[in-house]
Amino acid sequence: MAGKLERVPVREQDPKVRAANFSEVCLGYNLEEAVEEAQRCLTCKNAKCIEGCPVSIDIPGFIHQLKEQNVEKAYEVISRYSSLPAICGRVCPQESQCEQKCIRGIKGEPVSIGKLERFTADWAREHNIHPSVSCQPKNKKVAVIGSGPAGLTCAGDLAKAGYDVTIFEALHEPGGVLVYGIPEFRLPKKDVVEPEIENVKALGVKIETNVIVGKSVTIDQLMEEEGFSAVFIGSGAGLPKFMEIPGENANGVFSANEYLTRSNLMKAFDENYDTPIHVGRKVAVVGGGNVAMDAARTALRLGSEVHIVYRRSEAELPARAEEVHHAKEEGIIFNLLTNPKEILTDENGQVTGMVCVEMELGEPDASGRRRPVEKKGSEFTIEVDTVIMALGTSPNPLISSTTKGLDVNKWKCIVADEENGQTSKAGVFAGGDAVTGAATVILAMGAGKAAAKGIDEYLSRENADA
Amino acid sequence: MYRILKKRQLSDQIWLMDVLAPRTARSCLPGQFVIVKIDETGERIPLTICDYDREKETVTIVFQTVGVSTARMARLNEGDSFRDFVGPLGCPSELTGRTAEELKEKRILFVAGGVGTAPVYPQVKWLRQQGAAADCIIGARSKNLIILEEEMKKEAANLYIATDDGSYGFQGNVSNLLGDLVRNQGKAYDLVIAIGPLIMMKFVCLLTKELNIPTIVSMNPIMVDGTGMCGACRLNVGGEIKFACVDGPEFDGHLVNFDEAMKRQAIYKTEEGRAMLRLQEGDTHHGGCGFCSDGKEEETNGR
Repeated sequence: MAGKLERVPVREQDPKVRAANFSEVCLGYNLEEAVEEAQRCLTCKNAKCIEGCPVSIDIPGFIHQLKEQNVEKAYEVISRYSSLPAICGRVCPQESQCEQKCIRGIKGEPVSIGKLERFTADWAREHNIHPSVSCQPKNKKVAVIGSGPAGLTCAGDLAKAGYDVTIFEALHEPGGVLVYGIPEFRLPKKDVVEPEIENVKALGVKIETNVIVGKSVTIDQLMEEEGFSAVFIGSGAGLPKFMEIPGENANGVFSANEYLTRSNLMKAFDENYDTPIHVGRKVAVVGGGNVAMDAARTALRLGSEVHIVYRRSEAELPARAEEVHHAKEEGIIFNLLTNPKEILTDENGQVTGMVCVEMELGEPDASGRRRPVEKKGSEFTIEVDTVIMALGTSPNPLISSTTKGLDVNKWKCIVADEENGQTSKAGVFAGGDAVTGAATVILAMGAGKAAAKGIDEYLSRENADA
Repeated sequence: MYRILKKRQLSDQIWLMDVLAPRTARSCLPGQFVIVKIDETGERIPLTICDYDREKETVTIVFQTVGVSTARMARLNEGDSFRDFVGPLGCPSELTGRTAEELKEKRILFVAGGVGTAPVYPQVKWLRQQGAAADCIIGARSKNLIILEEEMKKEAANLYIATDDGSYGFQGNVSNLLGDLVRNQGKAYDLVIAIGPLIMMKFVCLLTKELNIPTIVSMNPIMVDGTGMCGACRLNVGGEIKFACVDGPEFDGHLVNFDEAMKRQAIYKTEEGRAMLRLQEGDTHHGGCGFCSDGKEEETNGR
């Protein structure tokens, strides 16, 4: 059994069935399957998988416990490194991180680390097991801005170290991109996200929703008037990009952010909720990342025929391999090497089609990917009534523009030390998409973790100096 | 939870509420807005700030019942709470960045249409506090739809009323009155600030362009988060894409593409929905500015 080249397959909802519902696609391992998959781990002494993990989880350590069927112990091991394992097991791009480094992957399939992490966290939740804390209160207040992956991780680690932590969230629910961005069918809110946020609150973290730092209160006020000794900015990269092509303001053109926020945060897919969502007959989603896949699969579930329009080829799709695979299974049509030029409308301003041009791959660009170039004279029109732009996002300038002495780079990203999150302003730290621009949940968590350590060191030093 | 301390009916379909919202009350300025959500299943509804009291920590909102969500809001009573209330959002009025001396030298006219009178009020009040009282026109379809007249009288240098049916004040719409003031009554203005239904703002801007008076308008498109995240509120201003929630809500009225904005306002209105609205609410769901042809207001912000 331990010598098997293939991983234990994971059970999933049938593509035909799930294409019409919002329930989770992947059903995960049961105990028996998890233990069988765990047996495939070689427990390498010099474990490469740990190097591939942005939060350096002791992967062989927790898998070893699973082999012995000690799931609670396995959860303890993971909890030392991550506050959000049920989430990471679902949304991390494992194939380019831990699993990419797995020795098993040289000959055969790598160990299914993500699915094992997910199983462990789900089991703990179902058995009412929570991460334990015992620490000396430090009597110092730290403010965390944003309750997404970076903020939750930073807050959790600081609380474990004994700090009095308050998270300020701009929206009406905590969770950031976990709640407004990633759909229910990939990351269930009630069953997975909410309990992990509750775990962070159980560590003593307070969450104040409906506070827009930069508007409702400034960082300077938090530090000077509300007694916070340090601040972590994990406000994400929320501003959607558009292509700036003709017709983009037409009715029926949405940012993926708007489309997903309506469906995920406002639950527009559920008829018991008041927020409306536009259900197109034929939808084009422009882009090839995870957000594009999420928007496409949401539209599909609402009843639309959906096309992904992406200017490079399949090999360059930045989305997780599993998402692309799932999208295809569900019936999403991929129009690759295709780039929009113009959106066509009728006299009421409603979308009627999109003019596209065929592309071919040229020389590699700065990112190392082959640059897409237009094929002259290859313009054609696809008939659609809805276009969703999933072209990436940029950081919101709300905080940087209202905080004295906080440096940003030319992309409006906050400048912060990668090692400890320190910004140009004393006592202010930052991490996640607000610093890097749009990236992944786990990278944001890694940055939140580094900043928590940085804040602890800063406040301990401040104490020693006093 | 954000408790409603006071509720008052201003006209048939327009309501005023004082809501306990300490952080917003401490930090808001004229020109900004808030987003409220009634309960778990409610929409996020953007509303302009009508007034605020830093000591009592209250923010005053005014809204018109134009559909399901605002009708639900109108059913809330004193002592009830909104589940969510967030703000201040958007940029403050550009006037708040100027010195009292600069303001005193400017001859400013506000043009308020229907429920748009609510966001005009704090600006007029703020200007009087700076010693720079401004003139103000309030327009509505009929006398019973004029709101905040007494309050505005106290704050404005001169208050002019226009009603379409001539039941009160000048007979005609706000543009007719503005034209009359400037062309026939020798009034001169350096700046016009117009807030009301899109169609009203559009026609005021056409006139002030002719009269060569710089004009600021306050836009209230469909939005979801109000923090720049969704892009639903994007507008075409001088050929550039702007987000009303973070770049506005106030813009140079002579640069705004109103025709596009009006089309975008209708995104979630089906033909059937529009018909039902007309049937249920007749003429009363108008902002009362006298410009609407089909009488359709944007549901999600009650102006």
